[in-house]
Amino acid sequence: MAARTLISIPKTARKGEVIAVRVTIQHPMESGYRPDAMGRRLPRDIVQRFTCHYDGELVFAADLFPAIAANPYLAFHTVATQTGMLELRWSGDNGFSHAERVALTVT
Amino acid sequence: MKGWAIAALLMGAGLAAAQTPAPSPTPSPTPPARRSGFDDMRASTQALQRDDAQNPAMLWVADGEALFARAPASSGAPACLACHATASLRGVAARYPAFDAALERPVSLAHRINLCRQRHQREAPLAFESAPLLALEAYVAHASRGQPIAPPADARLAPFQARGQAIYHQRIGQINLSCANCHDERAGRKLGGNPIVQGHPTGYPIYRLEWQTLGSLERRLRACMTAVRAEPLAPYDQDMAALQVFLMRRAAGMPLETPAVRP
Repeated sequence: MAARTLISIPKTARKGEVIAVRVTIQHPMESGYRPDAMGRRLPRDIVQRFTCHYDGELVFAADLFPAIAANPYLAFHTVATQTGMLELRWSGDNGFSHAERVALTVT
Repeated sequence: MKGWAIAALLMGAGLAAAQTPAPSPTPSPTPPARRSGFDDMRASTQALQRDDAQNPAMLWVADGEALFARAPASSGAPACLACHATASLRGVAARYPAFDAALERPVSLAHRINLCRQRHQREAPLAFESAPLLALEAYVAHASRGQPIAPPADARLAPFQARGQAIYHQRIGQINLSCANCHDERAGRKLGGNPIVQGHPTGYPIYRLEWQTLGSLERRLRACMTAVRAEPLAPYDQDMAALQVFLMRRAAGMPLETPAVRP
């Protein structure tokens, strides 16, 4: 299932530089505690986990919970070690899964 | 209603005719200087709006761009982009609501998108406040970002502007407040800890953190009406369009910020 994302990662960095990664994904983050107009409980639909692999190595992961607002925004830092791919992956309820790959050139 | 009745009584008695402010036909920018809601936001929320890589409303703009270029599946009609080149969108949102000759009334940008969809694409209208409609509206309005709000010099809009101005000054609801009571007379002060803004529609559709989604000016206005415990106007109501005509005239010259983020 595809989703719309906003990703802010520098395209190039010097070796050893600390880079900021900022990501937003379009997701309702339905908590599972809200009633709909008829009073029925809306089933939970959230992103449960976000991971970031840098050249295959896990550099950042986050568990998300029902109290997190819609369209979750995450920001973290990592050290640019070598030219490679940053693979961002979100997974959640109802088989939700979305991946983005961003190239980073290290000079 | 009560406010008008009292004003009428006073006028009739000839006591306060001089003090009763007659709504002027063209609203002058009220002192203090006009401020966008952006200026009253926290620095962190301002930063969220400024950076396109963080502004969550850009998700809808991207959706809208895709929808704008996609031909409707069923009817075989052309996509929006086939008639409206990207460059032609610049400044469009700054001119809405505009007069629709067939309906003989002003229509908002979202209403116009739906009318275009029905008339030229032979498609069912998109649901009021639905994600695809907001996305299209956000995309079209985003093309006018930074442009000054420039209501069209259309004489046919004049009666609607006057009607909008009357609605703006009309006390409504159980709480018996008019728009002007808060957004003209008490702007800059606080309501329940939150700053009262001047209410200029500079950034619609907005991503409101409280809504956790994108919302239109109509949603914002309906929320205000509900808050004073009045019956909100129906979607695309003629009075709602008139109110928007007045608000855009009131904000004329202020730059559009679409898509804005608001707390």
